[in-house]
Amino acid sequence: MSTATPNPYYAGRKRGNLIAMGLCYGATVFGLAWLVLILVTLVTNGLAGLSLDLLTQNTPPPNSTGGGLANAIVGSLMLTAIGVGIGAPIGLLAGTYMAEYGRHSKLTSVIRFINDILLSAPSIIIGLFVYGAVVVPMGGFSGIAGALALAVIVIPVVVRTTEDMLLLVPNPLREAASALGLPRSLVIKRIAYRAAKAGLVTGVLLAVARVSGETAPLLFTVLNNQFWSLDLTHSVANLPVTINNFVNNPDPNWKKLAWSGALLITFAVLSLNIAARVIGSSRNEK
Amino acid sequence: MATIDTTQPLTQAEQSESLSRAQVLRSMKRGDIVFENLSKLAAISVLLLLGGIIISLFIGAWPAIKTYGFDFLTTQRWAPSLKPQPILGALGPIYGTLVSSFLAMVIAVPVGLGISIFLTELCPHALRRPISIAIELLAGIPSIIYGMWGFFVLGPFLAESFQPAVISFFADVPVLNVIFAGPASNLSLFNASLILAIMVLPFITAISRDVFATVPTVLKEAAYGAGCTTWEVVWNVVIPYTRVGVIGGVMLALGRALGETMAVAFVIGNAFKIQASIFAPATTISAAIASEFAESDGLHQSSLILLGLLLFVLTFCVLAMARMMLMRLERNQGK
Repeated sequence: MSTATPNPYYAGRKRGNLIAMGLCYGATVFGLAWLVLILVTLVTNGLAGLSLDLLTQNTPPPNSTGGGLANAIVGSLMLTAIGVGIGAPIGLLAGTYMAEYGRHSKLTSVIRFINDILLSAPSIIIGLFVYGAVVVPMGGFSGIAGALALAVIVIPVVVRTTEDMLLLVPNPLREAASALGLPRSLVIKRIAYRAAKAGLVTGVLLAVARVSGETAPLLFTVLNNQFWSLDLTHSVANLPVTINNFVNNPDPNWKKLAWSGALLITFAVLSLNIAARVIGSSRNEK
Repeated sequence: MATIDTTQPLTQAEQSESLSRAQVLRSMKRGDIVFENLSKLAAISVLLLLGGIIISLFIGAWPAIKTYGFDFLTTQRWAPSLKPQPILGALGPIYGTLVSSFLAMVIAVPVGLGISIFLTELCPHALRRPISIAIELLAGIPSIIYGMWGFFVLGPFLAESFQPAVISFFADVPVLNVIFAGPASNLSLFNASLILAIMVLPFITAISRDVFATVPTVLKEAAYGAGCTTWEVVWNVVIPYTRVGVIGGVMLALGRALGETMAVAFVIGNAFKIQASIFAPATTISAAIASEFAESDGLHQSSLILLGLLLFVLTFCVLAMARMMLMRLERNQGK
């Protein structure tokens, strides 16, 4: 009988639910829209400048035509490689200690806490730190300082993933290897590392992705260089700071190059992110 | 089956073999010790890194601390080229940092929670992974790309269409007409907050999605069984159950927002003067450092490092609180 007239209380609850769920749909569309908008802008503005010149010509002087980003791209690759080359081994070893040797020690929980904070620490602070610790004592901006700044950013990322991944390796594997008489270090290197390989690679890839777009820590450690420069004791050209300088300049040619550089960096970083995810999940699904 | 005659003396070959085995064992042991200590050293270097950062910032900031003392925190004026001595105060950048991050959270928290509710309660299974990856990719886009995009695309759009509409809408409302006062500008505190909100969105979404997934299905089913709508389940069961984790995630995002540099430096306008309108240019600590540090020296540089030290202390506290909350949550789950 009561079904003839719908209860206004129930109708109100239903309406509230509809509104709230509608807002949730809206929020998701809102979030995805930004990704699409940014990527579309990058492609439409950057695609025009994509040519072979971009990879073979050096950055042009202001108010000229043509030119490319060759020196900046090579410089960035070099800085990233050295930064990861220094940071990743330290991070791997530190993560190994935390997961294997000091799993339940007080030291490990302190390091984990500090590491998590360093992981989210503002990258400009890392730049200031390296400026004070490397640039000032060395007497000038240098590629080494920039690479070290990147290494400082790499370490926490790799420490975190290494520890997490090694903790996932089942203990019976280690016990079996130890029972065969394998010393601890070989148990780690031959058994634990091998079992966690995909995860460890993921961590390093994520670290590469994280530092290849970093700008703030490079601003006052390597500065930038207009020319072809491989000398690590001086300023080295690099993509993020080049983009930064080009954007802040009214020169239309520079602006075009900045968009192309931005397109390159973003797609490199996003592919690295996706690659890391694919490698990471292929292991989990097994 | 051959039995080993232990009374026979060892042959030459056997002797050298046992010798080499001892050597191998010894070198393995050495390798063991080296590897353990190396890894311990690497682990301790993480702590040294933190110590190094604090010490190096403190040394760099010392001249400014000595000169300005506590006044640094309460002075708004920023005049680095004043003779004989520059007058430098951190109030403007501190205000900008806090307000831009606060506004970013006001935008990002509801949206981020909305997305996680969508992902855990409403989304078809097949779309769940692609959508969460897409949202997480927002965190992968480098900061400078956000800055550039905000500078060339978002800034002009907001100044031409969004800001004038809001300004005229609130023109007759007291208080709000001061906060949303004109003139519209390409570079403003609000633009920075919006960009920050987009940048921290993936952090809030990822963590709240993960903690939402920890709610026992039985609890939710019981609520649904009692006749609750989806929204009532989320509001009365899921969110109370995951409160600590959600707050931890929000604080983590706040820590990120406070220190974000390049994106903000491009869109905020670098104005040290505090203005009531959020559509006016402002500055943040990180933006001030990024735009002025390379050309600074002496007391000016020291003051910028002091700003950096303040930022580090601020983010450290926020992030430490976030971590402690998330750790408490993990411990409770372990039980």
